[in-house]
Amino acid sequence: MIYLYSLLIILMLASAIAAIFMENLLSSIIAAGLVSLIAAALYFFLKAPDVAMTEAAIGAGLTTAIFVVTLMKTEWGDDK
Amino acid sequence: MKARNIISLILIIFLAYFLFQALNLVPGFGMANIEERTATHYINKDVNSKKEEIKFNESKNPESGSANMVTSVVVNYRSFDTLGEVTVLFIAATGIGAILFRKRKKEKTMMDEDGSLILVTGVKILFPLLLLLGTYIFVHGHLTPGGGFQGGAVIATAFLLMFLAKKNYKLDNSKFKLIEGIAGITFVGLGLIGLATKGYFLMNFLNNGVIGSSFSSGIIPIIYIAIGFKVGAELAGIISNLVEA
Repeated sequence: MIYLYSLLIILMLASAIAAIFMENLLSSIIAAGLVSLIAAALYFFLKAPDVAMTEAAIGAGLTTAIFVVTLMKTEWGDDK
Repeated sequence: MKARNIISLILIIFLAYFLFQALNLVPGFGMANIEERTATHYINKDVNSKKEEIKFNESKNPESGSANMVTSVVVNYRSFDTLGEVTVLFIAATGIGAILFRKRKKEKTMMDEDGSLILVTGVKILFPLLLLLGTYIFVHGHLTPGGGFQGGAVIATAFLLMFLAKKNYKLDNSKFKLIEGIAGITFVGLGLIGLATKGYFLMNFLNNGVIGSSFSSGIIPIIYIAIGFKVGAELAGIISNLVEA
């Protein structure tokens, strides 16, 4: 089990760093959503299902969607 | 040096002094007595030191009747904090509405055209199922993991999918505001009834029942259903405001 946790944490760190350094803002948002998704998985494995549900629904779902909608409303969406 | 800088310096010195004083109160590593922590009383449902053993599906009328320990903290022992949390979300939703509100010359939508056939069909199937899942999560908040906030978020996700799939999808914002208002009034009203009958705001005034059954833990399910409706309506309203801005 410890290997699974380590793998998840490394993936989480990698996507967090990717979210900072991505040139494309959309990819950056998706990477940030991935951080939340892996955090939700970690919460679930560490026996905190309540927090995991909140993190998955709000962190990975709604926040990502709100960022994407905002991005489409700004100039970046018009350029494309 | 200006007077303003000197005052700031004195304030910071005071703050640092009190912070160090507060650090002295923290017990050393391994020195804390976990048995006396508040959390232990919450887990054992034993804040009033009754020293009863709680058995699932057997214990009648325990101190906090919710089988889900997290819910018994969030909506029973720390219910007032939850009211504050709901208020924060309400202010955030209202703020977004106020900032993005303006008279629209032409109707704007997020997408230029409907989603693909696969997306539209998938969303049509998923939409009622997601509403059902969200409702299940907040109705069973006192028994299984999850509750009003999680269920409400799932319901809002269902509306988000509708916005993605349909070009002309619109929410009836006034009805959503009505649902939100009624749910908020229910929460505060239950708290006031508790204040009138038991003497404390948000005190449980109903029978707790057998722990683990559907109709148990007094006002917790009612409050969580109200929170579920409120959070769902607010988050869906935020998405709707953003999409239509």
